[in-house]
Amino acid sequence: MNEMTTIARTTTLKDWETDQEVRWCPGCGDYAILKAVQRTMPEIGTAPENTVFISGIGCSSRFPYYMETYGFHTIHGRAPAFATGLKLANPNLDVWIVTGDGDGLSIGGNHTMHLIRRNLDCQIMLFNNEIYGLTKGQYSPTSRVGTTSPSTPYGSVDRPAQPAAFALGAGARFVARGFDVSKELPNVLKAAHAHKGAAFIEIFQNCIVYNKDVFEDFAAPKGAEDRQLWLKQGEPMIYAKGTKGIALDAEALHLKTVDVVDGDWQAAGVIVHDVTNRSVAHMLVEMRFGEFPMALGVLYDDPRPTFEADVVRQNKAAAEGKTADLQSLLKKGQTWTVTEGGPEL
Amino acid sequence: MATAVVDQADKRQSPLSDAVVVRFAGDSGDGMQLTGGQFTLSSALAGNDFATFPDFPAEIRAPQGTLFGVSAFQINFGSSAIDTAGDAPDVLVAMNPAALKTNVPQLKQGGLIIADEGEFNDRNLAKAKYDANPLDDGSLAKWQLLKLNISQLTMDAVKPFGLGNKEALRCKNMWTLGLSLWMFDRDRQPLIDWLNAKFAKAPDLAAANVAALNAGHAYGETAELAGPLKQHHVDPAPVAPGLYRTLTGAEGIAFGLVAGAQLARLPMFFGGYPITPASAILHHLSRLKEYDVTTFQAEDEIAAICSAIGASYAGSLGVTSSSGPGIALKGEAMGLAIMTELPLVIVNSQRGGPSTGLPTKTEQSDLYQAVYGRNGDAPMPVVAARSPGDAFECAIEAVRIAVQYMTPVMLLTDGYIANAAEPWAVPDLTTYDAFPVEFLTEAPEGGFKPYGRDENLKRPWVKPGTPGLLHRIGGIEKELDTGHINYAPENHQAMTDIRKDKIDGIKVPDQVVELGAEGGKLAVVGWGSTFGPIHQAVRRKRAEGLDVSHIHIRHIWPLPANLGELLKSYDRVIVPEMNTGQLKTVLRDQYLVDAKPVNKVSGQPFTIAEIEAAIEEALK
Repeated sequence: MNEMTTIARTTTLKDWETDQEVRWCPGCGDYAILKAVQRTMPEIGTAPENTVFISGIGCSSRFPYYMETYGFHTIHGRAPAFATGLKLANPNLDVWIVTGDGDGLSIGGNHTMHLIRRNLDCQIMLFNNEIYGLTKGQYSPTSRVGTTSPSTPYGSVDRPAQPAAFALGAGARFVARGFDVSKELPNVLKAAHAHKGAAFIEIFQNCIVYNKDVFEDFAAPKGAEDRQLWLKQGEPMIYAKGTKGIALDAEALHLKTVDVVDGDWQAAGVIVHDVTNRSVAHMLVEMRFGEFPMALGVLYDDPRPTFEADVVRQNKAAAEGKTADLQSLLKKGQTWTVTEGGPEL
Repeated sequence: MATAVVDQADKRQSPLSDAVVVRFAGDSGDGMQLTGGQFTLSSALAGNDFATFPDFPAEIRAPQGTLFGVSAFQINFGSSAIDTAGDAPDVLVAMNPAALKTNVPQLKQGGLIIADEGEFNDRNLAKAKYDANPLDDGSLAKWQLLKLNISQLTMDAVKPFGLGNKEALRCKNMWTLGLSLWMFDRDRQPLIDWLNAKFAKAPDLAAANVAALNAGHAYGETAELAGPLKQHHVDPAPVAPGLYRTLTGAEGIAFGLVAGAQLARLPMFFGGYPITPASAILHHLSRLKEYDVTTFQAEDEIAAICSAIGASYAGSLGVTSSSGPGIALKGEAMGLAIMTELPLVIVNSQRGGPSTGLPTKTEQSDLYQAVYGRNGDAPMPVVAARSPGDAFECAIEAVRIAVQYMTPVMLLTDGYIANAAEPWAVPDLTTYDAFPVEFLTEAPEGGFKPYGRDENLKRPWVKPGTPGLLHRIGGIEKELDTGHINYAPENHQAMTDIRKDKIDGIKVPDQVVELGAEGGKLAVVGWGSTFGPIHQAVRRKRAEGLDVSHIHIRHIWPLPANLGELLKSYDRVIVPEMNTGQLKTVLRDQYLVDAKPVNKVSGQPFTIAEIEAAIEEALK
């Protein structure tokens, strides 16, 4: 987010839709994410003309064509680098990066890491469907071990990357999770936008053609309350209708699930979520689904000065009191004057 | 129209013996580049024209005394126009056995060797792979040899200042410089002033260095018994009155880019990644914040160009810079800049290739890469600088083309131009025509078309943040006018044609003849840093009465409109290049002329003699 773009006119969902025909497969999770974003933008209150969506290559990266904003569909994995130049050249723009598990963590992992560690002010939406969709179904860096695909007919053997853990490890000051059809997704997007700095959002997205329902184990509506832990600032980490919670095993220094009896979560030792607690954030992003519920919502949020603000500040300070007189600059250094009588210093 | 400048230029060149080539060679840690740089300034103040050639190893601190750790600096100065750093040195200063071994083969027969015999001990001789001491075994008989224990003489000179052995020996280069100043009858005062300013915080070091400088000078004055050591006076070269400065190619490019951005009325964004020999441009620009320059050291070459394109998209002048291997990494992003038709300047400081190749040596072997090196039909203008001063002009030209045609432009220079210094008459910036960019800020009559075009086939430049002109761009084929995604066959044909026609239609100045006449027996066609040796060689051969002309191409793509006819006006065409024949291939392809290659890929510039030999051969 930034101050200038938040002072803007009132818009509706329609103002954020383009006239372009959406070309994702019918039933693709991307439709739900697009609608969530288009629905959230009016609530955020920025002006479409001050908003830029930047993407790389992949199914998710078609996103900018469907947003009635400025948009740049770039090259595979490099969206963060374009965003960096854009934001340094005009820090007043509200920049959203749309990427995927292949685009952002495989070919573009390097740029994702550096964007996050520099803390460029932008929102990074990483659509994680654990598969390469646009190239027709190869396993991706987030695919689970044993994923069979055209390039791994006997199952993949390499261990998957964990996007949220990757982001936090790279120095992220904001890490959140959501999934395509979740009603909570707009709140996650709003929190990301409210964070000044690089805001990393992993959005689980259902690829109905190549990796159908791979997230059903936690995303299915039935039994969701037992499998989803929606984190809320200042509230205890309880789930399963308040019958279970997350506590710290102080001896082993890891998280554990505990039963909560009669709603007495304090007695069960359940942790209260503090979005600025980096140590707990490291444990939350590593919390393995199955043994634990899936941690969703804002896992970590503790802003620091942004890259572009520091660059602008330094540029201004360095230029302070100097004039942009190139002619004088050229006359500096090792110079001499040639006159009719010969050269002199 | 081609112009003949032969008469005037030939008159300026008096006999060649009034030019002297000196080569300082020593260990990487001996301060040879600094010695050379200061000797260059003294040459300038003596009114000589000059050209320099710093030749240093890729290793930062190569093991002491080794053959691959030798760092050298060559200067050619004289009382007439100097175009190259000189073929063969007249004087070689060798600070250790390795420096002697690697540099003496190029020394002119009868030339003078000044060697620091204090460094010719068993250990250093072994490192230089000498079986016997060459200073004693007669193997240097075809040259004049002056053995001096510079190490000891320096230690004696700086003794009063209480320096440790190591620090005392670091003054050796100043002793050597003092002797050189005496040899060429130079004023010491500017150097003394410079040393006092440089070591203002350490007066003892300043005094020791000045003492070493004075001692070297005094040695020359008093020790004339030493035989070959003589004082030479080189008269000032006749140059036009005005303000001059030394300029390296990296400075020329940095200043030219700033000038170009100012003429376009744009802020500049420079995205770079460290690479030899291009880094110096990033270093220079990162100190020029007051010129509305933002520099960004990216995480890799790809991010460097992508960030520059992102900045161009935002309405800045995006610039990126690298050398061959880095340029290869940027290829895909160049294609995107071509597809999205955004302005961008890409500077390639060419080095020896392929792969990592010879990072600190010079070559011109990236011409194919510049003109052809992208996937798809991806035409891009290419401009090549011939010298440090010309790099300033070429950088402005690259910016002009980029913004006037909404296209990425490749600016070619090379390791030799980037590092070499030459005297440069400081231009009057008010004489340059501005080319202010006009952004589109509201929809024109008939509606806004992101890929609509003007008479130059240029599309409008719209800054994000502009109300009413919201649109999307990207690397997928664009629909004519609207810029929407379009895969239709006829649309791709039309868009490919437009992209080609736009670049083909760029207005570039007609090709001139640098020296000689339009038409004749032989044209020597060059580009880039071969200007110096070609120009001198053609000048010499014309003085001998041969019918030969020099043509030097700045606009590699698109080529000047008159070039085909011009080349066909000569019986023969030869193309000297520091590659295996890349411009030659382009000229043959474009004009069906029988251009013959003259190639050198040793990592060293052409010598004048090599070009002279090629001219003689071609006229046989």
